[in-house]
Amino acid sequence: MTEKKLNRSFAVTFLLFILLGLFGAFMALPLIYTINHAFKPLDEIFLFPPRFFVRNPTMNNFYDLVNLMANSWVPFSRYISNTVIIAVIGTVGHVLFASAAAYPLAKYKFPGSKAIFNIVVLSLMFSPHVTAIPNYMIMSRVGWIDNHASLIIPSWAYPLGLFLMKQFMEQIPSALLEAAKIDGASEYRIYWQIVMPNVKPAWLTLIILRFPALWGSDGGSFIYSENLKTLNYALGQIIQGGIARAGVGAAVGLILMIVPITLFVISQSSVIQTMATSGIKD
Amino acid sequence: MQTKRIENRTALSPLNERVFKWTSLWNEINRNKHYYILMAPFMLVFFLFTVIPVAASMGISFTYFNVLEPPRFIGWQNYSRLFLNDDIFMIALRNTFLFAIITGPVSYIACFMFAWIINELPPKIRAFMTLVFYAPSISGNVFFIWQVIFSGDRYGLLNSLLIRLRIILEPIQWLKDEQYILAVIIIVQLWMSLGTSFLAFIAGLQTLDRSLIEAGAVDGIKNRWQELWYIVLPSMRPQLLFGAVMQITASLAVADVSIALAGFPSVNYAGHTIVTHLMDFGTIRFEMGYASAIATVLFAIMMGTNLVTQKLLRKIGG
Repeated sequence: MTEKKLNRSFAVTFLLFILLGLFGAFMALPLIYTINHAFKPLDEIFLFPPRFFVRNPTMNNFYDLVNLMANSWVPFSRYISNTVIIAVIGTVGHVLFASAAAYPLAKYKFPGSKAIFNIVVLSLMFSPHVTAIPNYMIMSRVGWIDNHASLIIPSWAYPLGLFLMKQFMEQIPSALLEAAKIDGASEYRIYWQIVMPNVKPAWLTLIILRFPALWGSDGGSFIYSENLKTLNYALGQIIQGGIARAGVGAAVGLILMIVPITLFVISQSSVIQTMATSGIKD
Repeated sequence: MQTKRIENRTALSPLNERVFKWTSLWNEINRNKHYYILMAPFMLVFFLFTVIPVAASMGISFTYFNVLEPPRFIGWQNYSRLFLNDDIFMIALRNTFLFAIITGPVSYIACFMFAWIINELPPKIRAFMTLVFYAPSISGNVFFIWQVIFSGDRYGLLNSLLIRLRIILEPIQWLKDEQYILAVIIIVQLWMSLGTSFLAFIAGLQTLDRSLIEAGAVDGIKNRWQELWYIVLPSMRPQLLFGAVMQITASLAVADVSIALAGFPSVNYAGHTIVTHLMDFGTIRFEMGYASAIATVLFAIMMGTNLVTQKLLRKIGG
């Protein structure tokens, strides 16, 4: 970079980087602690005074987890498969639904298009708690209580995904779409064969925003049957066991956090690319 | 349904002009029908689980409804009870605002400031630092680890550290003592708050038009702070508006962290918020009318705060 850097006094720059280091440590330490805790043998978990880092790492907590779960009448693999099913179907459906709806909103004007987009923006301004009670009633009316559908289907229409996808799609040159139309492609084909391959970074962004939420879902008030419960619910049950289970709890926590974090490591540059278009325009 | 309504109107309306208006609208809709079809799946689910529930919640808030009997209209009674006769709600309201006033602005400024500093680092380190700051917000319920850190006995990481440094002599019940509950929840909430807006800010800074900054230097911008105020912030206005929506909504919806750390209900309601109050009446007491009134108040607070903030932020950088 040849541009001349404007001066910010050395002291201030130094201070800012100290701040960055301190807060970086504040952000990272609990996660590092979780990882260390998961590999601690029992005597280190009960050690007084407690240690931050593990000394003799062991896989015992993971074995204990397997044993603990083998004795419960729902096998642990069931919690994992439930969580995978919810997270994968919920996320894939979301990317498909949101992108299909975003394409017309991003590239065309038609009656109602503006109003619909405004409603989507407004819906970013409140949290899902607001709609929890009528949602429960609607769920029970359509018979999705105690069914994975109650977690999967609402996630298909998560408004933040539509918003980000629409903002990103606006960059696709209209000439590209016009050319396809002249060649006789239908709107559906344009969506699937031209728009979708061009917005891959946005897919990843929707995935990184939706997947961790579903992956970390505890089933809320919708799921009652033990064999339909999720990993995060199992974690909650284990933590109830108190300090004796702290190691096993950390092991489950590690499994829970490693998946979204890996996903983000892989997709970071695409996500940043999408986020550049995320703004709310005047 | 749309078709039927429009046809009826055209048939009934005696004015040719009106007929023309409706038919041309109908033609317009017909011409764009592929777009409606593409949007239909999303919109169907979105209206069913987001738009209709907001309206339904407002409706139910004017009734007495216990799920077993049909709802009974009682006018403004739920609201008058909420604001005049519910001391716990007042505690919830106070806590919610306290959380929001602290975590909202602090997390928003932190998101921007860290994005700004990180943006100056070389690409590899930048990617790493982005991960470090963003990871807590996607790690799901790993915030349970704070329970171990703030544990009330000597095994708690913080207690043992403070005891060893001889700052305290006896372990402190961080999660059971009213004095500390709010502060602990705020810390954990801040820890998790560098999420979507943080990424949006990093992205906005990376795609900033360099020529604007060069032009600014020619026009007499003297230091980085002026550059930040007069060039960087105004050209990032869309991201700033988006980030504000994300942070405000999250900071008013504190509940999961409070329940996981301080319990539900927390000691003397020290960690009670509007959302936990809503859960109490909606999922434990089954007073759906009353819970809907709480939800409607929450909705009004969130929308109000967001819309006012949007107005204010549009003035940034003059």
